[in-house]
Amino acid sequence: MRAARDIAAKLLRDPSATLGLLIILLLVAVATFAPLIATHPEAVWDMNPRHRLLPPSETYLFGTDRMGADIFSRILFGARITLTIAILAVGAALMIGVPIGLISGWRGNWLGETLMRVSDIFLAVPQIVLAIAISQTLGPSIENVILALSVTYWPWFARLVHAEVRSLKNETFIEAAIALGVPTWRIVLLHVLPNVMSPIIVRTSIGMGFTILTASALGFLGLGAPPPAPEWGRMISESREFLPEAWWSALAPGLAIFLVVMGFNLLGDGLRDVLDPRIRRGNAGR
Amino acid sequence: MRIAALILLRIAWLAPTLAGLVAVVFFVSRVIPSDPVALLAGETASRAQIELLRQKLGLDRPLPLQLLDYYRQLVGGDLGTSLFTTRPVWDDLSARLPATIELTIAAMVVAVALGIPLGVVAALHRNRAADHALRVVTVAGLAVASFWLALMLQLFFAMDLRWLPLQARITGFPPPPITGFYVADALLEGNFKRLGNVLAHLTLPAVTLAVPALATVVRFTRAGVLETLQRPFVAYQRAMGIPAGLIVWKYVLRNSLVSTVTQIGLLFGILLAGAVVIETVFQWPGIGAYAFEAILHSDYAAVMGFTVYAGVVFGIANLIVDILHAILDPRGAA
Amino acid sequence: MSSTHGSDVATPGDNLLEVDSLFVSFITGAGVAKVLDGVNLTIRAGEILGLVGESGCGKTTLANAILGILAANARHEMGSIRFGGEDLLAMPRSRMEDEVRGRRITFIPQDPYGSFNPLFTVGAQTLEVMKWKSPQRAPGEGRGIAGFFSRYPRARRRTDAEAIGQMLRAVQLPASAAVAGKLPHEFSGGQRQRLMIALALLPQPRLVIADEPTTALDVTIQAQILKLLKQLAKRRGISVLFTTHDLGTAYEICERITVMYAGQEVETAPVDDFFRRPHHPYTVRLLDSLPRPGRQLREVGGEIARLIDAPAGCRFHPRCARATDICRRQRPPVTSLGGGHEVRCYHPIVEAASR
Repeated sequence: MRAARDIAAKLLRDPSATLGLLIILLLVAVATFAPLIATHPEAVWDMNPRHRLLPPSETYLFGTDRMGADIFSRILFGARITLTIAILAVGAALMIGVPIGLISGWRGNWLGETLMRVSDIFLAVPQIVLAIAISQTLGPSIENVILALSVTYWPWFARLVHAEVRSLKNETFIEAAIALGVPTWRIVLLHVLPNVMSPIIVRTSIGMGFTILTASALGFLGLGAPPPAPEWGRMISESREFLPEAWWSALAPGLAIFLVVMGFNLLGDGLRDVLDPRIRRGNAGR
Repeated sequence: MRIAALILLRIAWLAPTLAGLVAVVFFVSRVIPSDPVALLAGETASRAQIELLRQKLGLDRPLPLQLLDYYRQLVGGDLGTSLFTTRPVWDDLSARLPATIELTIAAMVVAVALGIPLGVVAALHRNRAADHALRVVTVAGLAVASFWLALMLQLFFAMDLRWLPLQARITGFPPPPITGFYVADALLEGNFKRLGNVLAHLTLPAVTLAVPALATVVRFTRAGVLETLQRPFVAYQRAMGIPAGLIVWKYVLRNSLVSTVTQIGLLFGILLAGAVVIETVFQWPGIGAYAFEAILHSDYAAVMGFTVYAGVVFGIANLIVDILHAILDPRGAA
Repeated sequence: MSSTHGSDVATPGDNLLEVDSLFVSFITGAGVAKVLDGVNLTIRAGEILGLVGESGCGKTTLANAILGILAANARHEMGSIRFGGEDLLAMPRSRMEDEVRGRRITFIPQDPYGSFNPLFTVGAQTLEVMKWKSPQRAPGEGRGIAGFFSRYPRARRRTDAEAIGQMLRAVQLPASAAVAGKLPHEFSGGQRQRLMIALALLPQPRLVIADEPTTALDVTIQAQILKLLKQLAKRRGISVLFTTHDLGTAYEICERITVMYAGQEVETAPVDDFFRRPHHPYTVRLLDSLPRPGRQLREVGGEIARLIDAPAGCRFHPRCARATDICRRQRPPVTSLGGGHEVRCYHPIVEAASR
């Protein structure tokens, strides 16, 4: 699509957005090729007590953790977990939230109101609180984290789409389509949805960032993938008891999280500037 | 009166929303394949013992009935009993609430007192050096995992430099409790040494908690100021030679702040969310740390109780924000 | 008419403001827009000059240039704006803000609805203007952080309050007490514009720039406001630069009219002469396009010249039936046709058309 090419061109002119895009591509590459890049692929899951808690060196780029595993390799493999969780959680939230938003925004009657009230329920507490409640009862695992995160994030998409559809309904071109007798599903899919794509895309990128933060927080609290999975949040939590001596075991995973979330945030900001500089910053924080 | 109607409407919606919240968590938890009662009973329990425990806990009754039981319990003000502390959850939470509030207020103060002026500066220097620098800083602030930042700050300031204490609210005995807020209590006591101690302990957690909030405040202040600067009254004052600094700091700021008051609800959400993790890292005895410990001990009742509690607190906070907004801007004029 | 501004005391008839060959460009993403292309303009002391032109002709930019509030991407390349013997373009910004803007040259905006801050009372906003622009204020008084938020200077509290009261009466608004505590939205558009007039006159300026002040008002109110402005200005001997795109309004209030087209001024004449005997092809077309019973409506063909790749020479030449080679190459110089009537055209229309 020519529009997509124009957008891409504009985006690439923005240095910080380009940086964000590069970081994300790096993340994907790392996750995909982890076994090839890792210096000690075998040591990710094994225990090697003789090499535990070694500082960064030529052999162990980020040092080793309490099990003797190479932290650098663990981080690379952890990228897979991070990316998986982010994509699946946000993807699921999208697939639940967007249709709900479309329906409730288009209908606007009791159905619409009810759906928005339901989404209010999930927004009644900060995401992490609800995610904790759900994860805790379900038990620590990646699947449960993904479930908890998607269940708590879909309202953001639903509300966004709802608001946009509501205002679009008043646009003249939509009124014209209705007057011309175009069937509802066609209007919604072919006219409304494309116009809602911009804010959805922006929120997706930013949502990936925040999902990763929440997921790693859950991992830190012990609710994520169980050991010995190299989940970044859990790696940080495990390093706590060995501070301040083994500082590298806490530093590296955190930097990884920081870098990745930065990437998504920068890209999201850039997308927002390109796609619609007038998008209201109502939910600026997330 | 519009404000009264608004308040009533919001309160009316609070109850069903919370009921829905409870129902959601309730049903999600009951759908798990594993058997929580078996976990509770312990590894050595026999089948008969497990079933007995299940009956005792009322977990053998149909789900909807269990939910109704829970509602009845909630309405009676009973958030359940903590399996770990064996005290009513309500008592546990209320005892620990002041610590969290103190921390949250401190973080809010930092975020707002620094964030608003920085946001104005960013807007005034739009697309120039200061704005770019602040953008990098805010993006970074929103990208950093708070628990990791907490650890790094602990590492640096508490362990390496030893400038600030590592954790907890105070070293030694707390001031005589009047408000439950150590800062206020120490002030009331007149004990400045203790006050210094308390403030030192408050610093790292409050700063860590404030980081995402600060970034958010800067961003939406900047956006609000930029929008207000486009408005005709700004051009008019400029044309009439009102001093530029006055236009910005007295008038533009006022107008943009009104619309950003609504964002304080968002801020509160960020702070509450952050509290869970940060209190854990800093061993701050608030409700966030309580939630974490509850998780650790599979104290299901406590986590549920915390969720409901958080829902109420959050709901009230948002209500207050809406009221404030309605008062400050009766016509939606700003 | 009291004036404490020393050097620019002028007798009626003298030139109060002289814009001389002003070139202003704007640097935009799409190119350099030459918004003002060598504009000449004079305003005499005590006269009401109408600046007529369609949107994009540069009249607002000219007003902004005089006030010294051009946008950051504006470049003033050549020319001067002399006011009371000084070149405003060379004046340091702090002096412009403190002594000229809002004081010796004041402003009436186009939009009475948006030009008041909706959160502050009308009284507070009036006092803010008077605090900084009262004729009793000494230059530089109160500047600095402390001064920004200080209370109203005690020494002139009473005199200024009286002046405000008198002015409110003069613009036919209710007394101070009834007005001060109210918010702007409690007033009608016409009332707000009267207040704007009051605020423009309170500092006892030499020149008021009124930027299409009646465009946003209902038609029935427009005449009232025009009459009021004219009356008060004439009584006090204050000059008015009145910009508008509406010829009817210009006829009502102005004594002399200058027409602008695409950043160039093309014709200047006393008002009656202007309407009876226009000479510039653009002006003629403009007047022709006014609907008149019994005459066919004639349009001005073509589109307004773009300012980024502006045509060389006379900017009207692409739409002008009389254009010749020299029109395309060189901007016409000023031709004086007597009686204060000037035109910039190589082929002015000289046949007398009676109106």
